[in-house]
Amino acid sequence: MNIPRNVKRTALVLGLLTTAACSTTGGGLFGNGANGAGGAGNGQIEETSLAYFQQTIGDTVLFAVNQTGLTPTAMAILDQQAAWLVANPTVTILIEGHADERGTRDYNMALGSRRASAVRDYLVAKGVADSRISVISYGRERPLAICSDESCWSKNRRAVTIVTSGAPLG
Amino acid sequence: MAGIGKITRAALAVFALLLPALPAVAQQPTLEIDVTGGVIEPVPFAVPGFIPENAAAAPVAAQITQVIASDLIGTGLFREIPPQAYISGVSNFNAPVQFADWRAINAQALIVGAVSVQGNKLTVKFRLFDVFAQVPMGQGVQFTGTPESWRRIAHKVSDAVYSRLTGEGGYFDSKVVFVSESGPKGDRLKRLAIMDYDGANLEYLTDNSTIVLSPRFSPDNSQILYTSYETGEPRIYLMDLASRNRQTFPSLVGTSFAPRFAPDGERIVFSQTKRGNTDVFTLDIRTGRETRLTTSPAIDTSPSFSPDGKRVVFASDRGGSQQLYVMSANGGDARRISFGTGSYSTPVWSPRGDLVAFTKIENGRFHIGVMRIDGSQERLLTASFLDEGPTWSPNGRVLMFFRETSGASGAPEIYAVDITGRNLRQVPTPEFASDPAWSGLLK
Repeated sequence: MNIPRNVKRTALVLGLLTTAACSTTGGGLFGNGANGAGGAGNGQIEETSLAYFQQTIGDTVLFAVNQTGLTPTAMAILDQQAAWLVANPTVTILIEGHADERGTRDYNMALGSRRASAVRDYLVAKGVADSRISVISYGRERPLAICSDESCWSKNRRAVTIVTSGAPLG
Repeated sequence: MAGIGKITRAALAVFALLLPALPAVAQQPTLEIDVTGGVIEPVPFAVPGFIPENAAAAPVAAQITQVIASDLIGTGLFREIPPQAYISGVSNFNAPVQFADWRAINAQALIVGAVSVQGNKLTVKFRLFDVFAQVPMGQGVQFTGTPESWRRIAHKVSDAVYSRLTGEGGYFDSKVVFVSESGPKGDRLKRLAIMDYDGANLEYLTDNSTIVLSPRFSPDNSQILYTSYETGEPRIYLMDLASRNRQTFPSLVGTSFAPRFAPDGERIVFSQTKRGNTDVFTLDIRTGRETRLTTSPAIDTSPSFSPDGKRVVFASDRGGSQQLYVMSANGGDARRISFGTGSYSTPVWSPRGDLVAFTKIENGRFHIGVMRIDGSQERLLTASFLDEGPTWSPNGRVLMFFRETSGASGAPEIYAVDITGRNLRQVPTPEFASDPAWSGLLK
């Protein structure tokens, strides 16, 4: 499911502001806030729902050029991903690591693996069982943005957390 | 599968016979082409249409002549004198050569040939002459094969001519395996394909249902290693080209990629990623036993054996940026060989053992380059938005690589360039194409 990027951004920013609320029980307040600010929805997004994970928390973290370290922004998103995953213990995930097109295929394959592993290690440190997590690298094979300048490359240097099974219904 | 079987059969069927020499002339040939960098002006040659010795041979004789001319012109070392300039023709393979007529039109080398087709047997013979010295260069040679193998036989004539004129081995009777690409940049469809070195006889080896990457020939050209996402994650496969049967290596766990054969064909060297860390390993194909060659927490990838099998060159970012390192084929200490600015990757040891070809990234530009094994005499041969993944011609004189254009519609094509930096040209493919790997000379 896709929502406009600017809406997703807004949701992420709000997510950062309310991390504490999110990691407790929160209720519908947070989802309302995100939808209201972004103007995207006419209903609430349940905090336990997959849509909440993908849109409100955000399934993607970004990396700097040739870097595999997590930025403070990335860690804030992953804190919420971890809290959601702890609250939804039946969920298993696949973390995809990606690179921009400005390195060789082989190097980018390794870089994508490192990025996915950095996300996995962070989630494990935050209490998500290692056995629930798979990782894969797509190197530079699956760019999200396809122009050839930094505005696209910065979006392609990413790790995406994909719920593969056990997602709560609704 | 038909095509690969055909190649194998053709390979068995093609053989050469030396023809009796023409009456001896006292003078020695003086025509010799230096391929190492001195040549700027291509040497003019004439290749009058090979003589069809029976009616059935006429069409294929013309095609063979055209392929030979195209092979030689494609090297950038030679240029063809157009037939319209000929003063006299050649109507009989054994007739004396009218050297004065060829000299008058400045043809320095003259190739004379004849073709016959009898049933399922194609026979092609040729002689090469040094026009200015007025002597044959080597003996005449006869090749036989099936009529379907006419292109291969033409390439074999070209290889023999090239070899006599340059003193180097040829590279025309060879194959290229690569990744054929279609579809939008964000969701590219990829499938393995194989073709003659000049783009002819293309066949697809896989469908495009999953991402496939970086195919590489076995030393005997009968198998390829490649990486596929078939099971969901990148994993190395081995395909037998004759049967198209594929196998994986059960002992490989997790992500494995960037495979290449050892020169003995019994081991492979590759990258494997465990817990996010990519190192270089070898694997014995028969036993499945794996040996870890690097233990660095850095990214160690793109390994390539030396032709004697004793050393491995690879790329690592252990020193910060990616650089090239050489280590024993058993692992242990690695010695850095690249010291220029920018980053270096995808090293490939030349078949002669004297050079390493590589991809270099500097100031946002990609280059194909070569350097000696000790890192000296670095030469950059190309520059573009993205040039990557050199592969050596069988004689170590030409590199193929792929060049990808930029932007939303950016896509890769295969190019070749001489190691002198001259003669950059595109290799024709029906779709976008990347990750070329050049075979050795076919047997």
